[in-house]
Amino acid sequence: MIQIVELLLLLVALTNFVVLGTTRLSTCIRAVAVQGFLLGLLPLALYPGVALHTWGLALGTILVKALVLPRFLRWAIREAAVRREVEPRLGYVTSLLLGVVAVAAAFAISRRLPLLEEARDMLVPVALATVIIGLLVLTTRTKALVQVVGYIMLENGVYLFGLVHVERVPFLVEVGVLLDVFVAVFIMGIVVFHISREFDSLDTARLTELTE
Amino acid sequence: MLVLSLLAIPAVAAVLAYAWPAPGARTAWLGLGASGHLALVGVAWMAPPAPAFAGWLALDPLGLVVLSTVSGLFAVVAWYAVGYLRRASPRGGRAFASCLLAFLAAATLVAVSHHFAVLWVGLEGTTLAMAPLVFHRHDRHSLEAVWKYLVISSVGIALALLGVFFLATAQIGAPGRPLLLDDLVSAAARLQPAWLKAAFVFLLVGFGAKMGLAPMHTWKPDTYGEAPPLVGGLMAGALTSCAFLGLVRITEVTVAAGIAPFVRPLLLGFGLLSLVVAAAFLVGQTDLRRLLAYSSVEHMGLLVLGLGLGGLGAYGALLHMVNNAWVKGVLFLAVGNVLLGAGQEPAPPLAGALRRTPASALLLLVGLFAVTGSPPFGLFLSEFAIVSGAIQGGHPVIAFVVLALLAVIFVGLSTRILDAVYRPAPAATRVAESPWLVAGPAALALAVLTLGVFIPGPLFRALAAGARALGGWAP
Repeated sequence: MIQIVELLLLLVALTNFVVLGTTRLSTCIRAVAVQGFLLGLLPLALYPGVALHTWGLALGTILVKALVLPRFLRWAIREAAVRREVEPRLGYVTSLLLGVVAVAAAFAISRRLPLLEEARDMLVPVALATVIIGLLVLTTRTKALVQVVGYIMLENGVYLFGLVHVERVPFLVEVGVLLDVFVAVFIMGIVVFHISREFDSLDTARLTELTE
Repeated sequence: MLVLSLLAIPAVAAVLAYAWPAPGARTAWLGLGASGHLALVGVAWMAPPAPAFAGWLALDPLGLVVLSTVSGLFAVVAWYAVGYLRRASPRGGRAFASCLLAFLAAATLVAVSHHFAVLWVGLEGTTLAMAPLVFHRHDRHSLEAVWKYLVISSVGIALALLGVFFLATAQIGAPGRPLLLDDLVSAAARLQPAWLKAAFVFLLVGFGAKMGLAPMHTWKPDTYGEAPPLVGGLMAGALTSCAFLGLVRITEVTVAAGIAPFVRPLLLGFGLLSLVVAAAFLVGQTDLRRLLAYSSVEHMGLLVLGLGLGGLGAYGALLHMVNNAWVKGVLFLAVGNVLLGAGQEPAPPLAGALRRTPASALLLLVGLFAVTGSPPFGLFLSEFAIVSGAIQGGHPVIAFVVLALLAVIFVGLSTRILDAVYRPAPAATRVAESPWLVAGPAALALAVLTLGVFIPGPLFRALAAGARALGGWAP
C-alpha cells in the first residue's frame, strides 16, 4: 500500500503545479477536481480495511471536492464567460519556480519535525507544500475564481495533514469540516457570480473603491 | 440537556424564520428565538448544566461569560432588527433573519465546545453566517467588502484548522482523548512543546484574522463600513468575542504546558501593533462606521494585550470582552439610528444629529464616553485592570505606551463623534424615533454603566475562575 500512497501523493503534488502553470481557468478547475479525487482515495490507501470512518470520509470527500464544487465553479465561469487568467501579479515561470521552492522547503521542514519521521514519509511534506502553493495562488492571482481555487488547494493541504490523525479525530468533526468548506466555497462562488455581473469582470484588482 | 437546548433554540428558529409562510411573522421568530436563548442562559447561571456528549460540549465559567455576552447583545440586536426591518429593508428578506439566528447557533457552539475541532467548526459557522448579512445591498461596495471579508477570514480559519491538527500532533504520546480541552490541560506537561508552539502560532494568526488584529485587520473597516449597522454591531461585539474565546482556550493550554514565555511576547506584539494601527487610522477618519471599525481594532488589541500580560491583565481582558461587546452594540445601533434619521444615501453630511434624532445622538455620546474608557463606565475598570496588570507585571513601558495611544484614540474618536452630534445643521428637522430602535441600545448602555459601578458576584467569580486558568488573578 505504501507505493500506492506515494503515487497518490506524487499526483497531488503534480496537480499543484498544473494550477500554477496553466493560463486556462477550466484547466485550473479540472486540476483541483482531480486533486479532490486523489484526496478521497488517500484515506482508503492509508488505512486499508472496511471501516465506516475511512469509507465515509473517502466518499464524502470525493462527492464534495471532486464532483460538487468543480461543477459549481464550472457553472460560475460559464455564467461569467471568462476563460483566461490575463495578467497575474507574478509570471507563470516565477510562480512555478516558487512552487518548486515551496516543495523543497516543505520537505526540509518536515525532516526536522519531531515525532512524525516514522509517519508517512511524504504525507506531511506534500501537505505543507500544498498549503504554501494554495496561499501562493490565492495571493498572486487576481481573478476571483482562481483565488477560490487557491483557497480549495489551501484547504486540501490542511486536509492532507489531517489524514495523519484520521484515527484520532472523530468522524463527526470531519463531516463538519467538509460541510464548512462546501458552504464557504458556495458563498464565494455566489459572490464571484455577482462580482462578474457588477464589474463585468472577475478581476479583483478592480476591487479598489474602498480605500483610505 | 440545557446545553443542547441552547444550540437547538436558535437553530430551529433559523429554520422557522426562513420557512414560515407569513412574512410578517418571520421577524417575530428572530425576537422569540433570541429571547428564548437569553432566558435559557439565565437558567444556566442559576443551575450549571451537565456536560453533553462525553464532555465535548460543556459550559464552564468562561464559556458562560462569553455566551451571556453574545446572547445579551444578540437579544438587543434581534429586537432592534424587528423595528429596523420596518424602516429599511436589506435584501434577502427572509434570509436576513435566518442568517442572524444561524449566527447565534454557531456562536453558541463556540461558547460551549470543549473540543478544539468542534470549536473550529463553530467559528467557521459564525464567519459564513455573517457573509450574506454583509452582502445585503449587492452593490459594488458591499461586494468588495464581502470579498475581502470572505478571503481573509477563510484563509485565517484554514490556517487555524492546520493549527488544530498541529495541536492533535502535539498530543501524540500524551494520555487523554484527542483535542479535548480538559484532557489537554490536565496532560499539558506531556505535550510536545515544538508542535504546541506551532499550533499556537497558527491558531493566533487564524483567530486573530477573525478578531481583526493588525496586520490582519484590513477587511474590518470595509466590512463594518458596508454592513447594515446592526450587523456591524454583532460582528464587532459577538463575532470577535467568539474568536477571542478560541484564543483564550489555546492560551489556557499553553499556560498549563508551561510555554507562557514563548506565548506572551507574541500576544503583546499583536496587541501593541493593533493599538498603534488603530490610533494611526482613527484620526481623520470621516465615516462613522469605519471609525468604529478602527475602534474595534483598538479593543481587540487591548484584549490580546491583557491576555499576554497575564496576572491582573488576564482578568481585565475577560471583563473588557464583556464591556467591549456591549458598548459596540450601543455605538453601532446609535449610529444606525443617526444614519436612518439623516437618510442613508449618498454619504450624508453628518451633522445636527442632536436636532434630528436627539435620543440616539445622546446614546452616541454615552457610547463615546464609555468606549474611550471614561469613568464610571465598565470599560474604565477593565482598561484600568489591564494597565495595572502591565505595571504589576514589570512592563511600565507598555503601560505608558498604551495610555499614550488611548489618549490619541480618545481625541480621534471624540472629534468625529462630537462633530456629528453638535455641529449645527440648519436644515435638520426632528425625525420621530421609534422606541424599538432606542430601547435596546439604551439597555446596553445601562448595562455597561452598571458594570462600571458594581460587578455581580456570580460574574466576578466566573471571571476570576477564567483568569486563574490563564495564569492570572482577580483583584
